[in-house]
Amino acid sequence: MAKTLYDKLWQAHLVKERDDGTALIYIDRHLIHEVTSPQAFEGLRLAGRKPWRIDANIATPDHNVPTTIEAGDEPDSGGASSVSKPAISKRSEITDPISKIQVQTLDDNCEEFGIVEFKVNDTRQGIVHVIGPEQGATLPGMTIVCGDSHTSTHGAYGSLAQGIGTSEVEHVLATQCLIQKKMKNMLIKVDGKLQSGVTAKDVALAIIGRIGTAGGTGHAIEFAGEAIEGLSMEGRMTLCNMAIEGGARSGMIAVDDVTIDYFKGRSYAPKGDLWTQSVAAWREFKSDEGAHFDKVIHLEGSGIAPQVSWGTSPEMVIGIDELLPDPETESDPVKADGMRRAYTYMGMEPGKKMSDVVPDRVFIGSCTNSRIEDLRAAAEIAKDQKVSDKVTQAMVVPGSGLVKKQAEEEGLDQVFIDAGFEWRAPGCSMCLAMNADRLGEGEHCASTSNRNFEGRQGYGGRTHLVSPAMAAAAAIAGHFVDVREVANDE
Amino acid sequence: MNKFESFDGLVAPLDRANVDTDQIIPKQFLKSIKRTGFGPNLFDEWRYEDEGQPGQDCSNRPINTDFILNQPRYKGAEVLITRRNFGCGSSREHAPWSLLDFGFKAVIAPSFADIFFNNCFKNGLLPIVLSEENVEVLFQATKSEEDFSLTVNLEGQVISRKGAEDIPFEVDEFRKYCLINGLDDIGLTLKDADAIKAFESQSRQQSPWMFDVIK
Ligand code: SF4
Repeated sequence: MAKTLYDKLWQAHLVKERDDGTALIYIDRHLIHEVTSPQAFEGLRLAGRKPWRIDANIATPDHNVPTTIEAGDEPDSGGASSVSKPAISKRSEITDPISKIQVQTLDDNCEEFGIVEFKVNDTRQGIVHVIGPEQGATLPGMTIVCGDSHTSTHGAYGSLAQGIGTSEVEHVLATQCLIQKKMKNMLIKVDGKLQSGVTAKDVALAIIGRIGTAGGTGHAIEFAGEAIEGLSMEGRMTLCNMAIEGGARSGMIAVDDVTIDYFKGRSYAPKGDLWTQSVAAWREFKSDEGAHFDKVIHLEGSGIAPQVSWGTSPEMVIGIDELLPDPETESDPVKADGMRRAYTYMGMEPGKKMSDVVPDRVFIGSCTNSRIEDLRAAAEIAKDQKVSDKVTQAMVVPGSGLVKKQAEEEGLDQVFIDAGFEWRAPGCSMCLAMNADRLGEGEHCASTSNRNFEGRQGYGGRTHLVSPAMAAAAAIAGHFVDVREVANDE
Repeated sequence: MNKFESFDGLVAPLDRANVDTDQIIPKQFLKSIKRTGFGPNLFDEWRYEDEGQPGQDCSNRPINTDFILNQPRYKGAEVLITRRNFGCGSSREHAPWSLLDFGFKAVIAPSFADIFFNNCFKNGLLPIVLSEENVEVLFQATKSEEDFSLTVNLEGQVISRKGAEDIPFEVDEFRKYCLINGLDDIGLTLKDADAIKAFESQSRQQSPWMFDVIK
């Protein structure tokens, strides 16, 4: 029988089906960060248990780490030849004592259980979802979990990747398995070509605007179609990253040449004969012709405009060329009520345009958009321009030490610094504001992150989700603007 | 985990859809390395008029008197009713931990986000899915009846209230079994250790690249 990509991944990892309808699924790779793991390690200790397979785990601190670089260690802002600096050797120390304990606890737990950790000042440190693929630690055909909902990112290369809670972190540590029920299959097909200036982020937001934040609940989503095939690996990761914002624990894309090329030569990727053998196996990770999907959604790629979220849920999103929607014309009373609340929180009004909104801060970063391609797209807009006086702060936070290094080799850091952006050390940063990077009360932010929930980026902060190019363009214009109209001359 | 027993509890209505886990427990409280103590910060940004800090004594903070859980009539509530897609967003298990720590034993909604739903069962908090119509009936009841309470009977899979018909609900057999018996599912999975080992060695042969040592 024709199988979907998800069916194949599920079947390839099925340890046991139980009579009660649940199944044991084997987990190939487990990523660990400091926020959702301490209670799991403590649970192991209390029960006198050991990790099942230590070398399946890899850890890094990312949520709490400061992203400021000690004075004197930033690259020159004088515009002279920029010598490449040791990537993150002089990151500021954590001053918040509670954050410090959490990061220290991760170090101690990894030490005690013998788990490999890229510590805070290791060049390989970064946001857990950026470093996994970057190192080749997460590979096609794997089952991948992490105590973090954006683990869906890793589905971009034909793997079954999902976010789990802390009890499941403990369960995976102790048993290398998850107890699950099979999800339903959902296909989201984006046909045609994207307009120039329209990115994977816009596709993700347009999809969520269409299906809603619960549209994918109970489903594994496969993204397919010409527009998806045309995306780079980075773009595919951006898209799968936001599957969770559409309610789906897993988003995935079939393996093709783009996937395989991406993994060539990565640290933990197979080499030599093993490479040949693995590539042959990876190529099977795609849906068969005629496979059954429980739900199918079609979008026309050329019809997607650059998107910007206006409200407090990722489904509250519009094309930059549209007017803000009116709750009075919304037929669903629960939805209309949510919209009214969102307008109050955001300090905005229906019928207006997003180009009326001034972003007080601009944040380019997060596991959605902090890879090299994202930084290049933003730099292209920022080149030879200046951040508007209306913008208090514009910052660029690379996803990992290696992304930072690469960007510096390409001179992107200098482009940003010259334009008036801050160039930071890697981490989650203002995506969730667990460290010192955050919005002030009532401030609007053009953010490349994934969640515009109330208070997410700081108490009382107002987030607008956009692509890196749209964020950079808003920083320069001093208001939201259609990036298709401001593309820098090449 | 404690055994889940049938109980009769006061019902508090949270009339919002898409309540995300950032709202249930804001990020600054996630710095804790414990599973307990999150109750005072449940819905922190809605409950208080200032920004909460971890480790702070909440008893002197300015209260948002409009917020439902701050109204005296809902003091001691053990059942939360709310609207669709409750618990969306972040996977933080601190969300069910804080609901439990506050005193809730069950949450009723027309739908829940997947990860949150799953996390509840791992901690002995019962998420109950009812139809939009039934949830609406319960919302109305909290309005018309002071001290509106419900009996949640997991064994019989029904919720009951005075003077009305019982409302049945669905629950996974395995999850129900674990809740009622207060079982730790790691222990249960380890009973299948042989099956896991067999699978592992077969997979190691078939796909050796997945077993490359991380170092
Ligand atoms: S960047 Fe944001 S969404 Fe991604 S893992 Fe960090 S906090 Fe979570």
